[in-house]
Amino acid sequence: MEIKVLQDILSANDAIARKNQSRLNKHGILTINVMSSPGAGKTSLIMQIISQLREKARIAVIEGDVASTIDADKVSKQGVTVVQINTAGGCHLDANMTENALNNLPLDDIDLLLIENVGNLICPAGFALGEHKRVILLSLPEGDDKAYKYPSMFTQADVVLINKIDLLPFLEFDIASFSNAISGLNPEVKIFQVSCKTGQGLEDWLSWLQEQIKEMKSHHGS
Amino acid sequence: MHEFSITQSILSIALEKANTVKASRVSQINLVIGELSGIVDECVEFYFDFLSKDTIAAQASLSFHHPPTRLRCRNCAAVFSPNNLNWVCPNCHGPKIEILSGRECYVESIEVE
Repeated sequence: MEIKVLQDILSANDAIARKNQSRLNKHGILTINVMSSPGAGKTSLIMQIISQLREKARIAVIEGDVASTIDADKVSKQGVTVVQINTAGGCHLDANMTENALNNLPLDDIDLLLIENVGNLICPAGFALGEHKRVILLSLPEGDDKAYKYPSMFTQADVVLINKIDLLPFLEFDIASFSNAISGLNPEVKIFQVSCKTGQGLEDWLSWLQEQIKEMKSHHGS
Repeated sequence: MHEFSITQSILSIALEKANTVKASRVSQINLVIGELSGIVDECVEFYFDFLSKDTIAAQASLSFHHPPTRLRCRNCAAVFSPNNLNWVCPNCHGPKIEILSGRECYVESIEVE
Protein backbone atom coordinates (compact mmCIF):
# COMPACT_ATOMS: atom_id res chain seq x y z
CA MET A 1 0.00 0.00 0.00
CA GLU A 2 1.35 3.39 -0.96
CA ILE A 3 0.74 6.34 1.33
CA LYS A 4 1.23 9.91 0.20
CA VAL A 5 3.47 11.85 2.57
CA LEU A 6 4.63 15.04 0.83
CA GLN A 7 6.54 16.24 3.85
CA ASP A 8 9.62 18.40 3.67
CA ILE A 9 12.59 16.48 5.01
CA LEU A 10 13.73 19.50 6.98
CA SER A 11 10.31 20.23 8.45
CA ALA A 12 11.29 19.08 11.94
CA ASN A 13 14.25 21.47 11.90
CA ASP A 14 12.06 24.27 10.57
CA ALA A 15 9.55 23.76 13.39
CA ILE A 16 12.25 24.15 16.04
CA ALA A 17 13.65 27.16 14.16
CA ARG A 18 10.23 28.85 14.30
CA LYS A 19 10.09 28.16 18.04
CA ASN A 20 13.56 29.66 18.48
CA GLN A 21 12.56 32.71 16.51
CA SER A 22 9.46 33.42 18.52
CA ARG A 23 11.52 33.09 21.69
CA LEU A 24 14.06 35.58 20.31
CA ASN A 25 11.25 37.90 19.25
CA LYS A 26 9.80 37.84 22.74
CA HIS A 27 13.13 39.09 24.08
CA GLY A 28 13.63 41.54 21.21
CA ILE A 29 16.95 39.96 20.24
CA LEU A 30 18.01 40.58 16.64
CA THR A 31 19.68 37.35 15.55
CA ILE A 32 22.10 37.07 12.67
CA ASN A 33 23.26 33.80 11.12
CA VAL A 34 26.77 34.40 9.77
CA MET A 35 27.79 31.95 7.06
CA SER A 36 30.78 31.54 4.75
CA SER A 37 33.54 29.19 3.66
CA PRO A 38 36.27 28.50 6.22
CA GLY A 39 38.65 31.45 6.35
CA ALA A 40 36.39 34.03 4.70
CA GLY A 41 36.40 36.14 7.85
CA LYS A 42 33.41 35.21 10.02
CA THR A 43 35.30 35.52 13.30
CA SER A 44 37.00 38.75 12.20
CA LEU A 45 33.61 40.17 11.26
CA ILE A 46 32.20 39.26 14.66
CA MET A 47 35.21 40.83 16.40
CA GLN A 48 34.68 44.03 14.39
CA ILE A 49 30.98 44.14 15.22
CA ILE A 50 31.77 43.70 18.91
CA SER A 51 34.46 46.36 19.01
CA GLN A 52 32.38 48.91 17.06
CA LEU A 53 28.96 48.31 18.60
CA ARG A 54 29.65 47.16 22.15
CA GLU A 55 28.77 50.57 23.60
CA LYS A 56 25.54 50.69 21.62
CA ALA A 57 24.15 47.19 22.00
CA ARG A 58 24.42 44.22 24.30
CA ILE A 59 25.97 41.51 22.16
CA ALA A 60 26.17 37.74 22.59
CA VAL A 61 27.71 35.15 20.30
CA ILE A 62 27.01 31.51 19.50
CA GLU A 63 30.14 29.96 18.05
CA GLY A 64 29.59 26.90 15.89
CA ASP A 65 32.67 24.89 15.15
CA VAL A 66 33.51 21.39 14.06
CA ALA A 67 35.91 21.11 16.98
CA SER A 68 38.04 23.29 19.26
CA THR A 69 37.24 26.50 21.11
CA ILE A 70 39.76 28.72 19.27
CA ASP A 71 37.12 31.10 17.88
CA ALA A 72 35.08 31.12 21.08
CA ASP A 73 38.22 31.98 23.08
CA LYS A 74 39.04 34.88 20.76
CA VAL A 75 35.54 36.27 21.06
CA SER A 76 35.18 35.81 24.82
CA LYS A 77 38.36 37.86 25.31
CA GLN A 78 36.24 40.77 24.05
CA GLY A 79 34.13 40.44 27.17
CA VAL A 80 30.87 39.35 25.56
CA THR A 81 28.87 36.24 26.41
CA VAL A 82 29.81 33.32 24.18
CA VAL A 83 28.26 29.89 23.93
CA GLN A 84 30.25 27.34 22.00
CA ILE A 85 28.60 24.57 19.99
CA ASN A 86 30.94 21.83 18.85
CA THR A 87 29.23 19.91 16.10
CA ALA A 88 31.66 16.99 16.49
CA GLY A 89 32.34 16.75 12.77
CA GLY A 90 28.90 17.97 11.66
CA CYS A 91 29.04 20.44 8.80
CA HIS A 92 26.35 22.91 9.91
CA LEU A 93 24.44 24.14 12.92
CA ASP A 94 20.81 23.15 13.23
CA ALA A 95 17.81 24.53 15.07
CA ASN A 96 18.06 22.02 17.88
CA MET A 97 21.70 22.91 18.66
CA THR A 98 20.69 26.56 18.59
CA GLU A 99 17.86 25.92 21.03
CA ASN A 100 20.32 24.32 23.45
CA ALA A 101 22.62 27.30 23.09
CA LEU A 102 19.75 29.71 23.77
CA ASN A 103 19.07 27.83 27.00
CA ASN A 104 22.54 28.87 28.11
CA LEU A 105 22.27 32.57 27.28
CA PRO A 106 20.90 35.41 29.45
CA LEU A 107 18.16 36.31 26.96
CA ASP A 108 16.92 39.29 28.96
CA ASP A 109 20.29 41.00 28.59
CA ILE A 110 20.93 40.70 24.85
CA ASP A 111 20.09 43.05 21.95
CA LEU A 112 22.13 41.39 19.22
CA LEU A 113 22.90 37.69 18.89
CA LEU A 114 25.53 36.70 16.34
CA ILE A 115 25.61 33.05 15.34
CA GLU A 116 28.82 31.95 13.66
CA ASN A 117 27.87 28.94 11.59
CA VAL A 118 30.31 26.18 10.63
CA GLY A 119 32.53 27.25 7.73
CA ASN A 120 30.78 25.78 4.70
CA LEU A 121 28.91 27.24 1.73
CA ILE A 122 26.61 24.28 1.16
CA CYS A 123 24.66 22.73 4.01
CA PRO A 124 24.11 25.66 6.39
CA ALA A 125 21.73 27.09 3.76
CA GLY A 126 19.26 24.27 4.33
CA PHE A 127 19.06 24.55 8.10
CA ALA A 128 17.17 27.48 9.55
CA LEU A 129 18.21 28.26 13.13
CA GLY A 130 15.58 30.83 14.04
CA GLU A 131 17.63 33.80 12.84
CA HIS A 132 16.12 37.04 11.53
CA LYS A 133 18.82 37.79 8.98
CA ARG A 134 21.27 35.69 7.04
CA VAL A 135 24.63 37.26 6.34
CA ILE A 136 27.05 35.59 3.94
CA LEU A 137 30.69 36.54 3.63
CA LEU A 138 32.54 35.88 0.42
CA SER A 139 36.18 36.87 0.47
CA LEU A 140 38.06 37.95 -2.63
CA PRO A 141 40.59 35.06 -2.68
CA GLU A 142 37.68 32.64 -3.09
CA GLY A 143 36.99 33.94 -6.60
CA ASP A 144 34.10 35.71 -8.30
CA ASP A 145 32.52 32.56 -9.75
CA LYS A 146 30.88 31.38 -6.53
CA ALA A 147 27.35 32.69 -7.05
CA TYR A 148 26.24 29.87 -9.35
CA LYS A 149 28.30 27.25 -7.55
CA TYR A 150 26.42 27.82 -4.30
CA PRO A 151 23.09 29.25 -5.46
CA SER A 152 21.10 27.97 -2.46
CA MET A 153 23.29 29.94 -0.14
CA PHE A 154 23.12 33.19 -2.07
CA THR A 155 19.40 33.09 -2.88
CA GLN A 156 18.65 32.96 0.84
CA ALA A 157 21.00 35.72 1.95
CA ASP A 158 19.74 39.04 3.29
CA VAL A 159 23.22 40.49 3.13
CA VAL A 160 26.35 39.52 1.23
CA LEU A 161 29.57 41.02 2.51
CA ILE A 162 32.40 40.98 -0.01
CA ASN A 163 35.28 40.73 2.45
CA LYS A 164 39.05 41.33 2.18
CA ILE A 165 38.35 44.18 -0.23
CA ASP A 166 41.80 45.55 0.71
CA LEU A 167 43.25 42.72 -1.43
CA LEU A 168 41.51 43.89 -4.61
CA PRO A 169 44.65 45.36 -6.21
CA PHE A 170 46.36 41.97 -5.98
CA LEU A 171 43.62 39.68 -7.21
CA GLU A 172 41.54 39.16 -10.31
CA PHE A 173 38.10 39.47 -8.82
CA ASP A 174 35.40 41.09 -10.91
CA ILE A 175 33.25 42.82 -8.28
CA ALA A 176 30.65 43.98 -10.81
CA SER A 177 30.13 40.54 -12.32
CA PHE A 178 29.91 38.89 -8.88
CA SER A 179 27.47 41.53 -7.61
CA ASN A 180 25.33 41.25 -10.75
CA ALA A 181 25.13 37.49 -10.40
CA ILE A 182 24.13 37.75 -6.72
CA SER A 183 21.54 40.46 -7.32
CA GLY A 184 20.26 38.56 -10.34
CA LEU A 185 19.59 35.51 -8.17
CA ASN A 186 18.36 37.51 -5.22
CA PRO A 187 17.02 41.00 -6.05
CA GLU A 188 16.43 41.93 -2.38
CA VAL A 189 19.98 41.25 -1.21
CA LYS A 190 22.15 44.02 0.24
CA ILE A 191 25.77 43.90 -0.83
CA PHE A 192 28.57 45.66 1.05
CA GLN A 193 32.26 45.70 0.22
CA VAL A 194 34.29 45.48 3.42
CA SER A 195 37.60 44.63 4.93
CA CYS A 196 37.23 43.20 8.40
CA LYS A 197 40.98 43.63 8.78
CA THR A 198 41.41 47.30 7.87
CA GLY A 199 37.87 48.38 8.69
CA GLN A 200 37.31 49.66 5.16
CA GLY A 201 33.62 49.86 4.22
CA LEU A 202 32.39 48.64 7.59
CA GLU A 203 30.56 51.85 8.40
CA ASP A 204 27.69 51.32 5.94
CA TRP A 205 27.24 47.71 6.96
CA LEU A 206 27.30 48.58 10.66
CA SER A 207 24.72 51.30 10.23
CA TRP A 208 22.49 48.82 8.38
CA LEU A 209 22.94 46.43 11.31
CA GLN A 210 22.07 49.12 13.86
CA GLU A 211 18.92 49.96 11.91
CA GLN A 212 17.89 46.33 12.18
CA ILE A 213 18.51 46.26 15.92
CA LYS A 214 16.41 49.39 16.33
CA GLU A 215 13.61 47.97 14.23
CA MET A 216 13.63 44.78 16.27
CA LYS A 217 13.38 46.77 19.51
CA SER A 218 10.56 48.91 18.22
CA HIS A 219 8.51 45.81 17.35
CA HIS A 220 9.18 43.92 20.50
CA GLY A 221 9.34 46.49 23.25
CA SER A 222 11.93 46.99 26.02
CA MET B 1 28.08 14.81 6.45
CA HIS B 2 24.71 16.59 6.52
CA GLU B 3 23.21 13.45 5.02
CA PHE B 4 23.26 11.99 8.53
CA SER B 5 20.69 14.43 9.88
CA ILE B 6 18.79 14.38 6.58
CA THR B 7 18.55 10.59 6.85
CA GLN B 8 17.39 10.78 10.46
CA SER B 9 14.59 13.08 9.32
CA ILE B 10 13.63 10.83 6.40
CA LEU B 11 13.43 7.84 8.72
CA SER B 12 11.40 9.62 11.36
CA ILE B 13 8.94 11.00 8.78
CA ALA B 14 8.49 7.50 7.31
CA LEU B 15 8.05 5.82 10.70
CA GLU B 16 5.59 8.41 11.89
CA LYS B 17 3.47 8.07 8.77
CA ALA B 18 3.63 4.26 8.90
CA ASN B 19 2.50 4.38 12.51
CA THR B 20 -0.62 6.36 11.60
CA VAL B 21 -1.84 3.44 9.48
CA LYS B 22 -0.52 0.82 11.92
CA ALA B 23 1.75 -0.64 9.23
CA SER B 24 3.97 -3.56 10.19
CA ARG B 25 6.63 -2.83 7.64
CA VAL B 26 7.87 0.02 5.45
CA SER B 27 9.08 -1.50 2.18
CA GLN B 28 9.92 1.60 0.19
CA ILE B 29 10.45 5.32 0.69
CA ASN B 30 10.06 7.59 -2.33
CA LEU B 31 12.14 10.72 -2.11
CA VAL B 32 12.22 13.85 -4.24
CA ILE B 33 15.65 15.47 -4.00
CA GLY B 34 16.44 18.29 -6.40
CA GLU B 35 19.81 18.54 -8.12
CA LEU B 36 20.57 21.73 -6.21
CA SER B 37 19.88 20.32 -2.76
CA GLY B 38 23.41 18.92 -2.49
CA ILE B 39 22.30 15.57 -1.08
CA VAL B 40 24.22 12.47 -2.15
CA ASP B 41 22.07 9.34 -2.60
CA GLU B 42 24.80 6.91 -1.62
CA CYS B 43 25.40 8.74 1.66
CA VAL B 44 21.70 8.67 2.52
CA GLU B 45 21.57 4.94 1.72
CA PHE B 46 24.62 4.28 3.84
CA TYR B 47 23.21 6.09 6.87
CA PHE B 48 19.75 4.65 6.30
CA ASP B 49 20.93 1.05 6.60
CA PHE B 50 22.55 1.89 9.86
CA LEU B 51 19.80 4.08 11.33
CA SER B 52 16.83 1.93 10.32
CA LYS B 53 18.29 -1.35 11.59
CA ASP B 54 15.96 -1.94 14.52
CA THR B 55 12.85 -0.32 13.07
CA ILE B 56 10.00 -1.47 10.85
CA ALA B 57 11.73 0.38 8.01
CA ALA B 58 14.79 -1.88 8.11
CA GLN B 59 15.72 -2.95 4.59
CA ALA B 60 13.26 -0.56 3.00
CA SER B 61 14.44 0.47 -0.42
CA LEU B 62 14.97 4.14 -1.08
CA SER B 63 13.91 5.56 -4.40
CA PHE B 64 15.35 8.92 -5.42
CA HIS B 65 13.73 11.20 -7.93
CA HIS B 66 15.96 14.13 -8.90
CA PRO B 67 14.10 17.00 -10.53
CA PRO B 68 16.56 18.84 -12.78
CA THR B 69 17.44 22.48 -12.20
CA ARG B 70 15.11 24.76 -14.13
CA LEU B 71 15.61 28.50 -14.22
CA ARG B 72 13.43 31.37 -15.38
CA CYS B 73 14.66 34.72 -16.58
CA ARG B 74 12.94 37.52 -14.68
CA ASN B 75 13.53 39.82 -17.61
CA CYS B 76 12.15 37.93 -20.62
CA ALA B 77 10.52 34.95 -18.84
CA ALA B 78 12.51 32.37 -20.82
CA VAL B 79 12.72 29.03 -19.00
CA PHE B 80 16.01 27.16 -19.33
CA SER B 81 18.41 24.71 -17.74
CA PRO B 82 21.73 26.06 -16.53
CA ASN B 83 24.72 25.44 -18.67
CA ASN B 84 27.39 24.45 -16.17
CA LEU B 85 28.28 27.58 -14.21
CA ASN B 86 26.79 29.98 -16.65
CA TRP B 87 23.35 30.95 -15.42
CA VAL B 88 22.69 33.97 -17.61
CA CYS B 89 19.59 33.83 -19.77
CA PRO B 90 20.32 32.21 -23.15
CA ASN B 91 17.64 34.38 -24.73
CA CYS B 92 18.29 37.94 -23.50
CA HIS B 93 21.65 37.34 -21.73
CA GLY B 94 20.35 38.98 -18.53
CA PRO B 95 21.50 37.85 -15.07
CA LYS B 96 18.08 38.16 -13.35
CA ILE B 97 17.34 34.53 -12.68
CA GLU B 98 14.74 32.75 -10.63
CA ILE B 99 15.13 29.11 -9.60
CA LEU B 100 11.99 27.20 -10.60
CA SER B 101 13.02 23.73 -9.57
CA GLY B 102 16.00 21.78 -8.36
CA ARG B 103 15.80 22.58 -4.65
CA GLU B 104 13.15 20.01 -3.74
CA CYS B 105 13.83 17.97 -0.64
CA TYR B 106 10.83 15.95 0.55
CA VAL B 107 9.39 12.52 1.20
CA GLU B 108 6.80 11.99 -1.51
CA SER B 109 5.30 8.71 -0.36
CA ILE B 110 6.01 5.47 1.42
CA GLU B 111 5.01 1.92 0.65
CA VAL B 112 3.91 -0.11 3.64
CA GLU B 113 2.61 -3.58 4.43
